[in-house]
Amino acid sequence: MHLAPLTYLSAAGTRAGITLPLTWFTLAIAILVCVIIAIILWMGVKRAQSRGGAAETRSAALLRGASGLNWIGVGLLISAVPLLITLVWTMVALARVGTPPQHPAFTIDVTGRQWWWDVRYDATDPEKTFATANEIHIPVGQPVLVRLHGGDVIHSFWVPKLSGKTDTIPGQVNVTWLEASRPGRFVGQCTEYCGWQHAHMAFEVVAEPPADFERWRAAQLQPAPEPTTPDQKRGMAWVEYRCGSCHRVAGTTAGATAAPDLTHLMSRHKIAAGTLVNTPGTLAGWIQLPQQVKPGALMPNQYLTGQQLSDTLAYLETLK
Amino acid sequence: MAEVVLSQPADIPVGPVGRHGLGYWGVGALVATEASLFAYLLFSYFYTGATAPAGWLLEPHPVLKLALPNTILLLLSSGAAWFGENGVLTRRRARALLGFGAAFVMGTAFAIVQTYEWHAKPFQIGASSYSSLYFVTTGFHMAHVVVGIIVLAALFVWTALDYFSPRRRLSVSAGVLYWHFVDVVWLFVFATYYISPYLGFGR
Amino acid sequence: MRAADYRTPLIGVDSVEHQSKLMRLWETEPGLKGFLTTVDHKQIGIRYIVTAFILLAVGGIEALVMRLQLAGPNLSLLTPEQYDELFSTHGMTMIFLYASPVLSGFSNYLWPLLLGSRDMAFPRVNALSYWIYLASAIFLYAGFLTGHGPNDGWFNYVPYANHDYNPGLNEDFYSLGMVLLGISVTAGAANFIVTAMRTRAPGMSINKVPILIWGTLTANAANLVVVPAVSLAFFLLWMDRQFGTHFYDSHAGGQPLLWQHLFWIFGHPWVYAIVLPAMGMVSDGLPVFCRRPLVGYSVVALSTVATMILGFGVWVHHMFATGLPGLGLSFFSGASIVIVIPSAVAVFAWLATIWLGRPVITTAFLYFSSMILLFVIGGVSGFMTASVPVDWQLTDTYFVVAHIHYVLIGINLFPVLGGAYFWFPKMTGRFLDERLGRWNFWTTFIGFNLAFLPMHLTGLLGMPRRVYTYADGMGWDTLNLITTVGSFVLAIGILLFFINVFRSLRSGVPAGANPWDAPTLEWAVSSPPPPYNFAVIPTVASRHPLWEGRLGEDGIVSSVDRGMLLDEGKETIGTTALDADPDMILEMPEDSFAPLLLAIGASLVFVGLLLKSWTLAGVACAIALIALVLWLWPRRDLREREPAHG
Repeated sequence: MHLAPLTYLSAAGTRAGITLPLTWFTLAIAILVCVIIAIILWMGVKRAQSRGGAAETRSAALLRGASGLNWIGVGLLISAVPLLITLVWTMVALARVGTPPQHPAFTIDVTGRQWWWDVRYDATDPEKTFATANEIHIPVGQPVLVRLHGGDVIHSFWVPKLSGKTDTIPGQVNVTWLEASRPGRFVGQCTEYCGWQHAHMAFEVVAEPPADFERWRAAQLQPAPEPTTPDQKRGMAWVEYRCGSCHRVAGTTAGATAAPDLTHLMSRHKIAAGTLVNTPGTLAGWIQLPQQVKPGALMPNQYLTGQQLSDTLAYLETLK
Repeated sequence: MAEVVLSQPADIPVGPVGRHGLGYWGVGALVATEASLFAYLLFSYFYTGATAPAGWLLEPHPVLKLALPNTILLLLSSGAAWFGENGVLTRRRARALLGFGAAFVMGTAFAIVQTYEWHAKPFQIGASSYSSLYFVTTGFHMAHVVVGIIVLAALFVWTALDYFSPRRRLSVSAGVLYWHFVDVVWLFVFATYYISPYLGFGR
Repeated sequence: MRAADYRTPLIGVDSVEHQSKLMRLWETEPGLKGFLTTVDHKQIGIRYIVTAFILLAVGGIEALVMRLQLAGPNLSLLTPEQYDELFSTHGMTMIFLYASPVLSGFSNYLWPLLLGSRDMAFPRVNALSYWIYLASAIFLYAGFLTGHGPNDGWFNYVPYANHDYNPGLNEDFYSLGMVLLGISVTAGAANFIVTAMRTRAPGMSINKVPILIWGTLTANAANLVVVPAVSLAFFLLWMDRQFGTHFYDSHAGGQPLLWQHLFWIFGHPWVYAIVLPAMGMVSDGLPVFCRRPLVGYSVVALSTVATMILGFGVWVHHMFATGLPGLGLSFFSGASIVIVIPSAVAVFAWLATIWLGRPVITTAFLYFSSMILLFVIGGVSGFMTASVPVDWQLTDTYFVVAHIHYVLIGINLFPVLGGAYFWFPKMTGRFLDERLGRWNFWTTFIGFNLAFLPMHLTGLLGMPRRVYTYADGMGWDTLNLITTVGSFVLAIGILLFFINVFRSLRSGVPAGANPWDAPTLEWAVSSPPPPYNFAVIPTVASRHPLWEGRLGEDGIVSSVDRGMLLDEGKETIGTTALDADPDMILEMPEDSFAPLLLAIGASLVFVGLLLKSWTLAGVACAIALIALVLWLWPRRDLREREPAHG
């Protein structure tokens, strides 16, 4: 469903795929029950009118009527069938989607922060470790284990096309996993209310063929390239000086981890946690006035001069 | 022809007699809700302790030197309150005054010792989740002790004013019920904070 | 002779002389003094209802402002901060300050009338719980109006609610206000329980009480044991915020999830507490318009209790995404699916009552019967969230927002509005206008469904809840616009209700004692009822004392016109818990300033705590304690002690 990127009425991964038929089943049961009850109710009331019902209670005779207990009995018996099916199906599906894969391709650590996602690949192997933000790449057809950490308040990690929600909670590590069955760009979103910019805390999962994924991974492992032109050099100095107190650019003195890693900023499709498509124009706007785009975000407005901004952009655009 | 039913009770009491009156039910409801409050406090302790990393207890072997005698003192005060109620039931005012007076004194002593116990703890309320739970739970209990002491004082005064008889004594039974509750709840608090660490919880 | 300790109550019939005697004993003084001191359950009940409806209107306006902000993508009518306070205050208002108090209001007004009694068991406690409810509403709204409204949703998860992330006074107002409100709810709960158990008319054994009694009794029995959980949760939060404790702080061994457990141990039973009494209204009201007794009284009563018992065991279904172990998930998932069954009992009982009766279509009937459908819609969407894997997708999307509104508007507001049409003649002596009533009903019904039925789809298309805005291209634009339009139509419907009330108060068609020809005891007294309710204490022989002999059954008949006079003091009858055999004459307290003073004292304690003014808190606490001791001082006229000696 291209029209609704966050819908869970279609699936592109194992976990979401196991859940989807159960969602449709319970949804169909739910709609069916509503329709049946509506019909019974409507007919019950219509019946009264067609029999020349009274206009007010005082003129209508009382009746003792049948006990009607069989209505309740039959109703419960019929209701029990879908309930039982749902119960069994739920337990079976839960066993399948609730158990993490024994042999994941690799593990990533995701930390929910106000209001972005910190992503670390393969933290156990220093050779393969790198950090990124708000964009997760996975190889199609391989399960990837995701360890979820709470960076500040509680957030919830959700990629509807691939997997249901799991909260990121301070003081505990939750586990979920992603396994895409086809390539694509799948939107994820924080779904536990977490403050002012809860609305702007999205991310993307990019599922790609294993070869493409390996190329991406190799590129991400590289440090930032050396600046070549004078404006790039001035830009890098500025980034180290100004941005480095929160951000990191591998291979430079900018080494803080309080904000998204910028080493391969330009490889990412979106900035500001899925808020803006990453173009030089939006990037410039975001750098200057993040408080206008995401009021309350931890990044202050920069108010750079024209020269400073164009130098900074010149350097940032090399971070592919 | 249908028969009309009509309730015509003869010679029924006017107002509460013995513990038989709405007020006793009211205090029963109060006890139920307060007991729930303590159940949630203790749940918080066990839940937090069970999910916390090892070494959660700041005092792996809580000192019982004061707490145990203090617990016994509080239980004795429950006995004294019962003794006082018995005095009202048997129309022995001196016994009633003695009972309520003794319960009052023992309750006050418990509060003083507990206050000292707080000061003697090697940690403060803000040290960790454990210390927060300890002080807030015992603090909640202390608030109930204070209310209980006021109730006992009131019973003492009212008895001294010769308000009660075996028939008109709902306040006595309700007040003593409340004091028993305060004491029984302490047993749970005591078992949780002072005994369960010896059984290995939270270490 | 008032001194006797035992008495045989005189039996008689109503007379003018008897009435004036009772009037002198029971009537509230006119004027301000009477207003501030009354303990009459009918006046207190109406106050509850009026206050709750005012707050409903306020909460509704908050919702309309939010709907304007969400009418299209990327709108900027509100800042995120404003939006967050609005949605949190809206939830707090509707769930805590409207939904429960309005039911307390109806039950307060109706219970003694339904039970054939002259007042609630503890009339002064009743006044106290109203005053504290009012005080807590003022307290909470004082925060909102000074820019310190709650801003973390009604369930207020930590750590966001904690000081590090939320340094303003917002959460302090919310925490302390909720603890204060908890006192009111708890006092009310104790009162309802004792009233139901001990003050029913003779002969009204527990299997003869109206279903509304079952609903409110069950709700309040639950409140008694679950409200402490939320009061504690909020108190601990306030301690964490202001005194450096670490209950919820994972950096010092605390547990953020402790909040969620404590909150939902309370929160889920609370949802049942704010629908079961409303379901009781339908169970009692619908049969009147179907001209027959309710189908399956006993099973409906039992299912009410069963719902609550199961309701204690499903709180974790609000926490499926928190990373709990699979076994626990299975248990709570199963329990949440099974809880459908007792709810289904009520639905089939109502449907059968309509089919096996001869429905007379009135506005009240329309509200009661349409509620059945809304109840089913809210029920099946809840059933979907009970399935853990499905819930992992549904939770925290607009699907859940739609669900909770079907539950709260469908199962609370619709029965309440139906109840208003049904009991307004009893309360005021005048009918609400039926013609305007139809307009009111259809506007409300269409507006509500227009707003919230498409919202399920908004959720299925993935829109997360609690976002102050959304991007275009997500597929949510049209649906949100429809919801906004629907919400305004709904608001017009509610406005028509208010207009109807104001018009009918002055110029409504006069109603007699029993305008609907209804079966229960409240219709045996004049409309509005006299301060003492019943001139003589009725004796009850069946579930429908005013329909006896007309349903073709034989057997014993209730005595409504003849019974105990009890006019030697402000008295009513106390009966045994199950069989309702009379076992004592209850001496009822007269009007008093004590509840108001105690409420003011208690509220000032919370103001002191908020301002961290220990002097104010201490003085107010002392005042409250003194007021309490004086209140409880044994009094001879209430037979709490022996006559003074000498």
